Amino acid sequence: MTEEIIIAGFGGQGVLSMGKILAYAGMMQNKEVSWFPSYGPEMRGGTANVTVIISDERISSPILNKFDTAIILNQQSMDKFENSVKKGGVLIYDPNGITRHPVRTDINIYTIDAADEAAKLGLAKVFNMLVLGGFLKLKPLIEPEYMRKGLEKSLPLRHHNSIPENEKAIERGKEIIKAQLVLS
Amino acid sequence: MKDIRLMKGNEAIAEGAIRAGCDGYFGYPITPQSEVMEYLFANKIKERTGMIVLQAESEIASIHMVYGGAACGKRVMTSSSSPGISLMQEGISFMAGTELPCLLLNVVRGGPGLGTIQPSQSDYFQTVKGGGHGDYKMIVLAPASVQEMYDFAKLGFELAFKHRIQVMVLSDGAIGQMMEKVELDEQVPRWTDAEIKAMSPWATTGKTPDRERNIITSLDLNPVKQEIININLQKKFKHIQETEVRFERIQCDDAEYLFVAYGSSARICQKAVLLGRERGIKVGLLRPITLFPYPSDELAKLAKQVKGMLSVEMSAGQMVEDVRLSVNGAVPVEHYGRLGGIMPAPDEVLNVLEQNFIKEKTYEPHTN
Amino acid sequence: MSHIPTRDEVIEPENLVYSRTCLLTDNALSYCPGCGHGTAHRLIMEVIEEMNLQADTIGVAPVGCSVLAYDFMNIDMQQAAHGRAPAVATGIKRLHPEKFVFTYQGDGDLAAIGTGETIHVCNRGENITVFFVNNGIYGMTGGQMAPTTLPGMKTATSPFGRDVETMGHPLKITELVAQLPGTYFVSRQSVHTPANVRKAKKAIEKAIQYQKLNKGLCFVEIVSNCNSGWKMTPLESNKWMEENMFPYYPLGDIKVPK
Repeated sequence: MTEEIIIAGFGGQGVLSMGKILAYAGMMQNKEVSWFPSYGPEMRGGTANVTVIISDERISSPILNKFDTAIILNQQSMDKFENSVKKGGVLIYDPNGITRHPVRTDINIYTIDAADEAAKLGLAKVFNMLVLGGFLKLKPLIEPEYMRKGLEKSLPLRHHNSIPENEKAIERGKEIIKAQLVLS
Repeated sequence: MKDIRLMKGNEAIAEGAIRAGCDGYFGYPITPQSEVMEYLFANKIKERTGMIVLQAESEIASIHMVYGGAACGKRVMTSSSSPGISLMQEGISFMAGTELPCLLLNVVRGGPGLGTIQPSQSDYFQTVKGGGHGDYKMIVLAPASVQEMYDFAKLGFELAFKHRIQVMVLSDGAIGQMMEKVELDEQVPRWTDAEIKAMSPWATTGKTPDRERNIITSLDLNPVKQEIININLQKKFKHIQETEVRFERIQCDDAEYLFVAYGSSARICQKAVLLGRERGIKVGLLRPITLFPYPSDELAKLAKQVKGMLSVEMSAGQMVEDVRLSVNGAVPVEHYGRLGGIMPAPDEVLNVLEQNFIKEKTYEPHTN
Repeated sequence: MSHIPTRDEVIEPENLVYSRTCLLTDNALSYCPGCGHGTAHRLIMEVIEEMNLQADTIGVAPVGCSVLAYDFMNIDMQQAAHGRAPAVATGIKRLHPEKFVFTYQGDGDLAAIGTGETIHVCNRGENITVFFVNNGIYGMTGGQMAPTTLPGMKTATSPFGRDVETMGHPLKITELVAQLPGTYFVSRQSVHTPANVRKAKKAIEKAIQYQKLNKGLCFVEIVSNCNSGWKMTPLESNKWMEENMFPYYPLGDIKVPK
């Protein structure tokens, strides 16, 4: 099993930390992982993206141009990465703020209203965990106990009191993800 | 239980240095490697092992602080990225001339000039062929994973003291910034003063009555003596070439075509080998781990087996010269590279290999 | 051949009033006759011997006339790249806080190419001692203009005299570093008369003693002559120094501990 994922959005949406939690959780579950971020000034207020690979085997290239799953959280990233999804792969996006929806018909497309849901919950910062939950619903690579370990490892100790609400958000994300186009 | 962590490459080499018993780090911030010094400060190393960390006023000052510490027989290091490494060439040349052991790290970014902060491998010539003045070489280690960033701190110090030479870890922004699993090992204690005196009797530790004074200098105004110094240096480099070559063979045994790549390019080619095998192409990868000494003999052997070699590096074609020197015309050698901080994709390099050696050429070959 | 009397045959031990410090080697000094470097070397080595610091001392030699200081000083020494002695000394002292660490630098080394290292070593208050020999010229490279060359002074690269409009002003770096909170003791001396030699030795003693207190950097400038570079006899050069250098670089303590 190898899952190659790109997560892309605005800096501040928790893109990098979502990837980090996923990578940590994979590592705790004894998988091979890599986390390769965009870095430098482009992160400051601009777009941010991270490539996460989770595998049962030694990971070859941490840098890719085709992905099994793209998690897309703003329009620039949609424009940049829609065509990077492998044929038959998965594209997950939050339609909030998206003006040009994906047009490909050879991939599976899902939406998740994570921004709306986070606003309803009054917890803006769990936005990325809702999205992560949606992803895990489609690709149950990581067992919940290891997700918890991943959260414990990647969050600083002073934020450990927020782990339960993060876990809840992951569960909620699994409920609110919606299929738009599913290939038979 | 094994101590396994998810770390950035830059953090891993800092942790590796601490655990290798490093005595001092002197550095200056520059993207994409500032995490090295940040990690050392954040980890309170003074309390942990007694290691010193100091932010200098420039890369020039950093390397000369390293010189001062190394001349005392201490395990010292610095790190920087391309423009900063250019500034350090003076000090590196002085350390070559005085045969001072040290660990250096270049997290390469695209150039020339201020260039870009994105990954590149365009400092190969500077590092491997000698960026400073005078006839000298450093041992150059090219990590291709975060684990190797960690491991090469310890290995680097071992080689540096074994041969009284500077060891450069030639990394790039991708290896420095990405996170992977790292298995940590036990803390190596820092050397005591007595151990340093026994191990490095040449070090300036204060003249005691039992020995002559120790002098660390690269100056000899007598050209006859200076030539002897140079000849001895060359003998050392030859010995290193004969004894310290390191490389990794990936699917080379039955390979008909070969990628040659180091660092993050090797990771990309590793994936390209998998893709190539899926397409039915018998392709392998030779990954040099030491860039000096270079695995020339291994490439010469492989030249008798394969039909073509593609040297892949994020430069306009630097390492390819060493590949060509190694195979000495026995097999066609081409270069493929992306410049200015762009990283090639696995299918991209595989397509280039196919077009160069397998499909009929539809375009002019690279001529560099 | 007639017998050449040895020193011991000429000098009766009871008449001996002075002997060279054992911390100077037997190597013949490479400095020009009349130059102040020899005296400066001797004073520093005398003080280190008197304080019994030989085994605890690590010195750093510069680039310039005193590049070969390690040939004459019988202590462990490192030779630094041009201007980088303060950085080298920082590396040594940070890893060996218990050692006595000093640099010995000329004006080109300390106040031109090494200005950055000089300012920052002082500003960090490294517990080292800097000996700065200022003769207003690049001696070793053949008499070119230095940062401390006086206005109107002729050198190989200011053959019609230093024109401050185009070549800048002489740099009073010692006054400059005295402003920095990292310096603890800053003094300017000369070694051209016996009286000045005694005063200079006192300043050197303080600068070495204060290093043990870990209060910051001690900086001793020695205004000196360069009879070869100035194209004068040694006596003329000392007179010229008194008349021209001292008004611009006045002798005395500049910063003393409160």
